[in-house]
Amino acid sequence: MAVKVITIGEEILGANEAKARGNQKRLDQNGILAANIMSSPGSGKTSLILRTIRHFKAKLGIAVIEGDVASSIDAEKVNKLGVAVIQINTAGGCHLDANMIEQALDNLPLEKTDLLFIENVGNLICPVEFALGEHRRAVILSLPEGDDKPHKYPAMFADADVVLVNKIDLKPYLNFNLDAFIKKVTGMNPKVKIFPVSCQTGEGLDGWFSWLEAELKGKDTRK
Amino acid sequence: MKLGQPFHHHQETKTAFLKMHEYSITQSLLELALAKANEAKASRITRINLVIGEMSGVVAECVQTYFDLLSRETIAAGAGLSFEKRPTELRCCRCETIFSPGELDWACPECHEVGIEIVSGRECYMESIEVT
Repeated sequence: MAVKVITIGEEILGANEAKARGNQKRLDQNGILAANIMSSPGSGKTSLILRTIRHFKAKLGIAVIEGDVASSIDAEKVNKLGVAVIQINTAGGCHLDANMIEQALDNLPLEKTDLLFIENVGNLICPVEFALGEHRRAVILSLPEGDDKPHKYPAMFADADVVLVNKIDLKPYLNFNLDAFIKKVTGMNPKVKIFPVSCQTGEGLDGWFSWLEAELKGKDTRK
Repeated sequence: MKLGQPFHHHQETKTAFLKMHEYSITQSLLELALAKANEAKASRITRINLVIGEMSGVVAECVQTYFDLLSRETIAAGAGLSFEKRPTELRCCRCETIFSPGELDWACPECHEVGIEIVSGRECYMESIEVT
């Protein structure tokens, strides 16, 4: 039988992208700013979220979606702060996708939320290709991981709106060249904001908080 | 569901294998190919032509393995996947030279400015399918 070629020219993850746009519309309708927090395992995603909740809790409605391969350890930590949290277990999956976020949004008090953190599965490769409906992408790189990571995981750093260099309190003990790291990241992504921070001591977090506040204000004017 | 309670997206507790992102990509590409073949009232899909950028982090062999598994009961069973790989290309923000990045250096080879725009290497799309 004759072979027929059908031209397609569509994104493989087009269905996920369409669903992500739907999620974003829903977030916009509720005036919510959503940040997708990505990093390797152990870089400080949960620590950053906990610190940020403590800082903004009195004045903002915050909700969290926790993505993990297994367990609800992180969701329990967030829950203790009295913030709405949904745990997604991906059962082996290495990233969150827009479909999972859609289901999680069904179970969050959207009308009471101003700021939504989506903690992705710890991984610098896979999550980057899967839009969730977030407005901003925050990537955390911690000092013990080394300053060479941007060139090893270029897509992750090229797509970030903000990069947090965590565990800056360990700088005296490590050969991490912060200037070289900043130069690499800005070279790949000239518009990125970079904040060296310590989620342990709180150093540098004011810059991140101010950035978030400015983003939230920008969101208000768009409404 | 009560807020703050663990929420399990997938109900199964045992997984036979770790689902790397190629699993989701393969699921999506299979669904897309089947939908297009169905629209064209095709009886079999014999080949799927994909364009994948170097930066997209998609391992072709891994996609083919998942594809063989996921397509078994479909009209795409046995179809070959072909991967046209696109290299990473960058455009200098200052002098607009288009260049391939060095392993550890993304500065422009012409004017040495750091600051680029990615021109290619992020592709992840289906160009065509071959059907009978």
